[in-house]
Amino acid sequence: MGLIIHKEKINEETAGKLIDICPFSAIGYKDGELSIGQSCKMCKLCVKKGPEGAITFEEEEKPVCDKSLWQGVAVFAEQRGGKIHPVSLELVGKARELAKVTGHPVLVVLIGYKLETAAKELLEYGVDKVYVYDDEAFSDFVISPYANAFTDFIEKIKPSSILVGATSLGRSIAPKVAARVHAGLTADCTMLEMKKNTDLVQIRPAFGGNIMAQIITPNTRPQFCTVRYKIFSAPKKSEATGEIIDMPVDENMIKGYTTVLKTVNKPEEIDISDAEIIVAVGRGIRTKDDLALAEQLADTLHAQLACTRPLVENGWFDAKRQIGLSGRTVKPKLIITLGISGSVQFAAGMRNSDLIIAVNKDRKAPIFEFANYGFVGDLYEIVPALLKKVEELYNV
Amino acid sequence: MKIIVCVKQVPGTSNVEVDPVTGVLKRDGLCAKLNPYDLFALETGFRLKEKSGGEITTISMGPPQAKESLLETVYMGADNGVLLSDRAFAGADVQATSYALKTGVEKIGKYDLIICGKQTTDGDTAQVGPELAEQLGIEHAANVISVDEIDGEYITVTVNLDSVYQTQKMKLPCLITIEKDACTPRLPSFKRKFATSPDAVVVYTAKDLDNLDAERCGLKGSPTQVERIFPPEAGGDRVIFNSGDELSDKLFDILSEKKFL
Repeated sequence: MGLIIHKEKINEETAGKLIDICPFSAIGYKDGELSIGQSCKMCKLCVKKGPEGAITFEEEEKPVCDKSLWQGVAVFAEQRGGKIHPVSLELVGKARELAKVTGHPVLVVLIGYKLETAAKELLEYGVDKVYVYDDEAFSDFVISPYANAFTDFIEKIKPSSILVGATSLGRSIAPKVAARVHAGLTADCTMLEMKKNTDLVQIRPAFGGNIMAQIITPNTRPQFCTVRYKIFSAPKKSEATGEIIDMPVDENMIKGYTTVLKTVNKPEEIDISDAEIIVAVGRGIRTKDDLALAEQLADTLHAQLACTRPLVENGWFDAKRQIGLSGRTVKPKLIITLGISGSVQFAAGMRNSDLIIAVNKDRKAPIFEFANYGFVGDLYEIVPALLKKVEELYNV
Repeated sequence: MKIIVCVKQVPGTSNVEVDPVTGVLKRDGLCAKLNPYDLFALETGFRLKEKSGGEITTISMGPPQAKESLLETVYMGADNGVLLSDRAFAGADVQATSYALKTGVEKIGKYDLIICGKQTTDGDTAQVGPELAEQLGIEHAANVISVDEIDGEYITVTVNLDSVYQTQKMKLPCLITIEKDACTPRLPSFKRKFATSPDAVVVYTAKDLDNLDAERCGLKGSPTQVERIFPPEAGGDRVIFNSGDELSDKLFDILSEKKFL
């Protein structure tokens, strides 16, 4: 199974082409012999784009499990103190869309302590069945008991797909459980689709983020994926029609070798690297007092305020808020730059942002070369007008 | 105390791009480096060794050139390194990777603690550590911000659980993954570099690993498969709005449409 090199088609020229095509430098050519090394990621570009027939891909008939035994799109509902993490609700929304394709039910596994209210709330988001593991041993997150309960759910209920929020907790438990049940696991999916044959199509940025990879788990069940917070939208609440099923918790399930000594609430801290929305300001802001305008916009968007290097140098900002080569790298879902020309150094720190909106007076500013939306105009006119409109509409 | 630190060699740049016209990936530079997140795992290991004594072995799965990265860990302070390198490991997903590492760890023998970086800069999954722990049948803690205490039997660590920091006491052996910025990593030492023989890193192929099931390695052992790769859509669209009264309206519309308002 895998890539087959057809020696008769390999010569200096075709080898050169193949070496050029491979983005991972996995192909080597020495003494008339072509080789594919371990850095091969099986992207198959050499098969698709290379000289015809030089390298082919041979599928091996792998045993396929009986997929009809695995029913349901399940969500692992993360909770702390009985409060459901919003990412879990977003995943319920997505699970409902996916389940429609196959006619599967939407399931939730909920593990914790004193979960009655949380379970009921989940039903209001359109879940068909909530499986609850409720025990004092689950009051804090301890990996073994949680993984045991999760595994118990999978073994008894046999869900086809399982979605887990890519939080710290989710990224800890999903691989643990996936390894235990020998399931395929795809991290940080940004798009999910469902095939009629119940294969979950998982799409995620790969190899650093400038390429998307579409991944499937064609032969085995269940199929696991994690999704980051704020990728999907939570559904609206409606009348609950589903049911809550209490799952038995036994001694073996809650056995573990880890004890929690204490938990401390995290202080709120500034880290623009983690910010999902950023308002960044540059030299287009004339005075320190004018920063209030940017602050207002940041508040409205629940954004972090960031800046370019000159604004740190003139003492308006702490260096922690500087974006760029000599500052922080950010990758928010949205960055609005106000009065920033967009030097190479600045761009290096924010180019990978999902959505870049730039406001600048100078049409020739380099920022307009890579902003998704460029507004050529005066920030002192655009921002106040925008804030006014938001205020009128939302009364904030 | 025997500590194993898992590391990975990653591309020196993350700028791999798809040519929108030909659909071919463009490579930007060939240099490779040690995964930056692993530096915090290494530093944590070095400090534990300085405090409690013992030995640090680093392990990696990768192409032959990954030996360089393992040697670098020795220059920094590791005692020796193990590279698992075989064509049979190519195309491995999280499960097949952690399986290969498991057999490598078993080959190294008895250990008290395994330390991994939080994630890698090329795969970004943060999953190999926890999967490796499960394959070895030990407990793990992900996103560790500090090792508070360690003795021959237990380790106390504080983990980042997004909204809280949780301090927990775990039985050894176990696996921990270290949060970025948990400590300040040291640089490789020139002195050590000159004193290190290339033999400090051994390379094992699939044959050298006892009880290795070839069916569970590489592409064969990977339940997930890449169906296709394609350039992201977002990069393409660029719209410029020139001066006019409605600039703020347009901005408002975009922000509303994208659900930021």
